[in-house]
Amino acid sequence: MTDQQQMDLRKDEVEAGTTTGLASPSVDPLSSRQNSLWSDAWGALKRNPLFWIGSVLTALLVVVALFPQLFVRGADPRACDLANSKALPSAQHWFGYDQQGCDYMANVVYGARNSLIIGIFAVVVVLLLGVVVGAIAGYFGGFVDGIMSRIADIFYALPLILGALVLLRVGPTTDIPILNTRGPGAVALALALFGWMTAMRLVRSQVIAVKSSDYVAAARAMGASNSRILIRHILPNAVAPVLVYTTITIGVLIAAEATLTYLGVGLQRPAISWGLQIAAGQDLIRTAPHLVLFPSIVLTLTVMAFILMGDALRDALDPRQRA
Amino acid sequence: MTQSQIDPTPKPATTGATLLEVDDLHVEFRQRSGVVNAVNGVSYTLAEGETLAILGESGSGKSVSAQAIMGILDVPPAVVRGSIRFEGRDMLTMSEEDQRQIRGPGISMIFQDALSSLNPVYSVGWQIGEMFRVHQGASRKEAKAKAIELMDRVRIPAAAKRVNDYPHQFSGGMRQRVMIAMAIALDPRILIADEPTTALDVTVQAQVMDLLKDLQRETGMGLILITHDLGVVNEVADSVAVMYAGRIVERGTVDDVFTDAGHPYTEGLMNSVPQVEAKGGRLQPIVGQPPNLAAIPSGCPFHPRCARRRLGAEAAPGRDCATDLPPLRLVAPGREAACHYSEEVLGV
Repeated sequence: MTDQQQMDLRKDEVEAGTTTGLASPSVDPLSSRQNSLWSDAWGALKRNPLFWIGSVLTALLVVVALFPQLFVRGADPRACDLANSKALPSAQHWFGYDQQGCDYMANVVYGARNSLIIGIFAVVVVLLLGVVVGAIAGYFGGFVDGIMSRIADIFYALPLILGALVLLRVGPTTDIPILNTRGPGAVALALALFGWMTAMRLVRSQVIAVKSSDYVAAARAMGASNSRILIRHILPNAVAPVLVYTTITIGVLIAAEATLTYLGVGLQRPAISWGLQIAAGQDLIRTAPHLVLFPSIVLTLTVMAFILMGDALRDALDPRQRA
Repeated sequence: MTQSQIDPTPKPATTGATLLEVDDLHVEFRQRSGVVNAVNGVSYTLAEGETLAILGESGSGKSVSAQAIMGILDVPPAVVRGSIRFEGRDMLTMSEEDQRQIRGPGISMIFQDALSSLNPVYSVGWQIGEMFRVHQGASRKEAKAKAIELMDRVRIPAAAKRVNDYPHQFSGGMRQRVMIAMAIALDPRILIADEPTTALDVTVQAQVMDLLKDLQRETGMGLILITHDLGVVNEVADSVAVMYAGRIVERGTVDDVFTDAGHPYTEGLMNSVPQVEAKGGRLQPIVGQPPNLAAIPSGCPFHPRCARRRLGAEAAPGRDCATDLPPLRLVAPGREAACHYSEEVLGV
């Protein structure tokens, strides 16, 4: 799993960075209607069924995470009756019961919130670290770039899951805020800390590509300051592939959270999480396979939703992919 | 011998106070494979209202010297030496922040390819208005109003309607006008135009050059025109400096230089242009290739391609084209050339 994820991250980096050619958003100069990179991209997105599947699934997931009580058919995930232990799915209880006799659908539905919170919080930190470090390294180059790229290389040497595993094991013994809790914040932070390097490399390479463009030289010749050039002129032209990568990464990070929790270092009971449910269900897979099946399906759908959206976004932002 | 030792040339009398003095400017690029000497001791001055054309082929250092003046070369790998004095202050020794204050209101620049010089994600109005926001702290609304005013001034039709359009929605000539509007926004004392018309077709070229001349007449700015187009130089420039291998090889008024070249390279350039009178005859190209700037030939850098070169026993003492670098020297009133045998070339 860990190696596979690292491979996936790298593959996404390659796809988002090198095949899109977004460094110079090329637009059709013959077209006379009001358009820009983003309105063209929206036009292409609207026609892509994969984008709609992904975004409807994501929207559903967000609503589920915000208002889980609407989707549990009146059941309480914490109201359990051992008499119902491991009961199979039925017409009243679609997902059956878990070992403790709790309604399983309610548990799976309530698990969405933690997954989403961790995925989004981690990706925000990944973006922040990636954009800031990558932009500075790419823009200033030379010595600064050398130091920052080597730091990223060091983090690359640590696999995402292994690094997060160690950090989450050691975290509670320290008094660093957030990290010493084993809550969603700690898991998200651990994932982001070992997952920001690809975003950094993407931003760095984009900034290097955009930096040498004529309009940056022109902006400098007009007396714009470094910070203005970087923030106003370079970053808006460099973000598109990062956006694609980010969307895909939310899915990857949600899967990684489930992995960590499954391994026992992520969220702890009594938190409700798909990783915990899969871990608890695996011992009972012969007698109650639905305990592994349902959280796994929902987890897969969630990851898939973000990856579909990212793929559609990448195609839409690449003019060469358009007919 | 370096060119800093040469006496300054008298400038054409039509111009005002000196705005820019470039003295012994060197630019080299340090690369792993060696040092590329892009500019090797260039000196010139520019006065108010003067148009100086810098003429040369690709790789002659004409654009790099302009970029050095603007301070937009990446340092390193570029190394800039010499002095560039704008209104008496040396730009190479002042702080980055002071330099930035000069760019825009002091010296401004327009580039060859207007499409790639405009940021694709912002409307042209935003980009022109940025000048006022950066240098004068104008509000968005003021900046936009001024942008429309400027677009009118550079004769973009329906400016108020087009201010929110993006660069790719303009034609090539209109884009160059947008670029010019940005460059003149703050009434710069000096405008450097780096091949402003190369990417345009001939009729649009003429319109853009006319616009630049009109703007110069209104504001009295000094204009440095970097080009390889002899026709453009002939039409608009007062004086011309011909560059070869990072050096100025000839300098004088346009009338003088175009009538009778004082350097074999200039002579070659003139002969390679089709003339109406010589219709049906063959053009005489300059043989050979421009020199590799990482390995500039010894002596006169032009000697391997020069039809008039004198080597060894043929040469006068100390004037062997293959070993002695000819200095830029006064060869006739108001004329400078860097050739040992310039008098012969001039035919005096």
